Amino acid sequence: MLHRTKFVSTLAALAVAAFAGAASAQEQFVPLLSYRAGAFAAGGSGIFGGYIDYMNYINMKEGGVNGVKLVWEECETEYNNSRGVECYERLKRRGGGASLVQPLSTGITYSLIDRVAVDKVPMVTLGYGRTDAADGRVFPWVFPMITTYWSQADAMIKFIAKKEGGDDKLKGKKIVHLYHDSAYGKEPIAVLQEYAKKLGYELSLIAVPSPGNEQSAQWQQIRQIKPDYVILWGWGVMNPTALKAAQRSGFPREKMIGVWWAGSEEDVIPAGAAAKGYTAAGFNVAGDKLPLVQDIKKVVYAKGKGNMEDDTRVGSVYHVRGIVHGIITVEAIRKAQERFGKGKVMTSEQVRWGLENLDLSEARLKQLNAAGMMPPIKMSCADHEGSGLVRFQTWDGNQWKVVSDWITPDKKMLRGMIEESAAKYAKEKGITPRDCSKES
Amino acid sequence: MLYREAGQFKTSYDKDQQIFPIRQDRIAMIAVLLAVFVVIPLLTTAFPAAGQYWLSGILIPFLIFSLAALGLNILTGYAGQLSLGTAAFMAVGAFAAYNFVLRVPGIPLLVAFVLAGVCAAGVGILFGLPSLRIKGFYLAVATLAAQFFVVWALVRFPWFSNYSSSGVITAQRMVILGYEFDTPLEKYLLTLSIVGALALAAKNLVRSSIGRAWMAVRDMDVAAEVIGIRLMHTKLLAFAVSSFYCGVAGALYAYAYLGTVEPEAFTLDLSFRILFMIIIGGVGSILGSFLGAGFIVLLPILLNIGVHSINGVLQAAFAWSLPAGLTSNLELMVFGGLIVFFLIVEPHGLARLWQIGKEKLRLWPFPH
Repeated sequence: MLHRTKFVSTLAALAVAAFAGAASAQEQFVPLLSYRAGAFAAGGSGIFGGYIDYMNYINMKEGGVNGVKLVWEECETEYNNSRGVECYERLKRRGGGASLVQPLSTGITYSLIDRVAVDKVPMVTLGYGRTDAADGRVFPWVFPMITTYWSQADAMIKFIAKKEGGDDKLKGKKIVHLYHDSAYGKEPIAVLQEYAKKLGYELSLIAVPSPGNEQSAQWQQIRQIKPDYVILWGWGVMNPTALKAAQRSGFPREKMIGVWWAGSEEDVIPAGAAAKGYTAAGFNVAGDKLPLVQDIKKVVYAKGKGNMEDDTRVGSVYHVRGIVHGIITVEAIRKAQERFGKGKVMTSEQVRWGLENLDLSEARLKQLNAAGMMPPIKMSCADHEGSGLVRFQTWDGNQWKVVSDWITPDKKMLRGMIEESAAKYAKEKGITPRDCSKES
Repeated sequence: MLYREAGQFKTSYDKDQQIFPIRQDRIAMIAVLLAVFVVIPLLTTAFPAAGQYWLSGILIPFLIFSLAALGLNILTGYAGQLSLGTAAFMAVGAFAAYNFVLRVPGIPLLVAFVLAGVCAAGVGILFGLPSLRIKGFYLAVATLAAQFFVVWALVRFPWFSNYSSSGVITAQRMVILGYEFDTPLEKYLLTLSIVGALALAAKNLVRSSIGRAWMAVRDMDVAAEVIGIRLMHTKLLAFAVSSFYCGVAGALYAYAYLGTVEPEAFTLDLSFRILFMIIIGGVGSILGSFLGAGFIVLLPILLNIGVHSINGVLQAAFAWSLPAGLTSNLELMVFGGLIVFFLIVEPHGLARLWQIGKEKLRLWPFPH
């Protein structure tokens, strides 16, 4: 009998808790379209782990954003478009409405672009997604922040040119773009071709069908071409496979430059010694000596609230990238609160304003303990990218070593391409671009 | 007791040949149609927040996958030709519809959908040609070629995606007779009408001489040839009709569901999912296509919600919850386990379970 009453009272407490949770106004809801199962689980668990760790950190250290607690719910997408759409639809009206959504999948991003505009939920895509969405006049609800694939391709060419000793040295060089055969891998081709015309290098495009665990035919082709550089635009299992294949075909890893989705510990450790000397881009640096990571360890992990199941991955590239996701979420909410009322729960429209007016200067990053960890960001109505800076890191066999300063892409040329592409989209969809001079 | 046909006399051949010869079935069907066409729209307008989720997160994909499964069931379940190219035919439909709307100014959307289906049917016939010589698993491998070839061609020739830099197409707005279908409810009703009409057509097709010819070929093609069925004609017709259905499903997938699609959305993985739908739902059954699609589309979502609520209870009661990685993988394990369980208990699929249930119900409450 006693057991039963205990059970009933637990249930009652649960019900009360559930209602209280729904009724409490001081909670800001963040939906997480995460993936911890399937082929891309390594990336998903790291990034969403870091994201959750940072939100926990803000809740535990500061009691939320000016007292507004962050709450979240995960929904497993398995990196699958239709599962992602279902998760988005399920979570968008939870707990007073989604603040913003970060799908962490280019495919899901594409599927959500129309939906977020109708539902008025801002979508932030850090270093993936649709590049021309950087034109905020046509895509008011999409924020491909920090950097896009076009900026990345641009920075890669700049980096290679620097290594060679100048833009003019690229003439007659051979560059292979080895890419994941999907929208993700094809996105940079336009920029690489533009530069091939401008700088006179010879560009070969070699596609690797997803998931990319079989590349012997592609490396056969690379051996015939004998390129000076190979750009590795892979994802998941494709990256270590490419590094091992490069070793087998005797291609120097020093001449392989990876995209930021090919530049994490999960990409190089499985390749073992084959990865040594390989360089990849990143819009965040890594290492558990970073002050913010140290602080998160002290505040969150010391209390056993850390999200990473494997403690050694704390401070890895993906984990820090997750923290960057968290910083942007928190700072956008904070910015919105400055205008719409401190200590209040922000609606998705107010968060969108916060994103559009976000200004993470060097000084602000220092306050956040994140100086040097990520590039400064300054958003505006027209420019939804806000930075474009990337940095290159080389794998020395044990850890990533930063080998370049933040590289600024050729914004003028890219902006022209972005506007052209966005205008085409606007015409297809019948969208009238916003007039940014009228936005406040 | 309730489900008895005693006392229902049929006085003409027409009455004997109707789709639902038993009165109770007709009533049930009318109730279902009322529910999906009237009750669901009313409910979703009454509860807009939950309604939107149900429509655009669950019901629309369920209907579209049902249609694709129906297409595959015509080919595999009725005509006995194993195919692994379903997703490719869907891709053809999606990209064809996009290109028709883009390049033929003023084309009515439904016409574009039909033409998209016809394009898919053409591709289906092409890849169905080997079925005249090879059978079973070997044919499955030949259709696998369709899967890879179509996706490759869509990626390789930028014309198909109107030279978009990433190879992704964005479906145009859906306008029929000047009326724009843009809310989830409107999209749902449009999808439901198309799927309903095509399901009715399929049901009648398989009861006609064409359907009987398909089944004869499925059961023994030599015998079918001996009794005068033209094998080439019958098999290619099955490929054409099946691909037509898949093509329309693909067009709906792009227009009514995702809005933006890339060729990689139509991977072999999707083909397998649709094949699992008909195996679990019931091979050679129209109802089975719907049941199977429901099972494969809805079960992972239910499991996800279920595991989350268990976690919520654990969190509230013991301030402890399962690690997030385990939760996600648990879902896959339970899903896989359930599929194996179902196939052991009823290898003929959910449709067969339904049939057994109906037979039992006929006798109920008497033992025999």
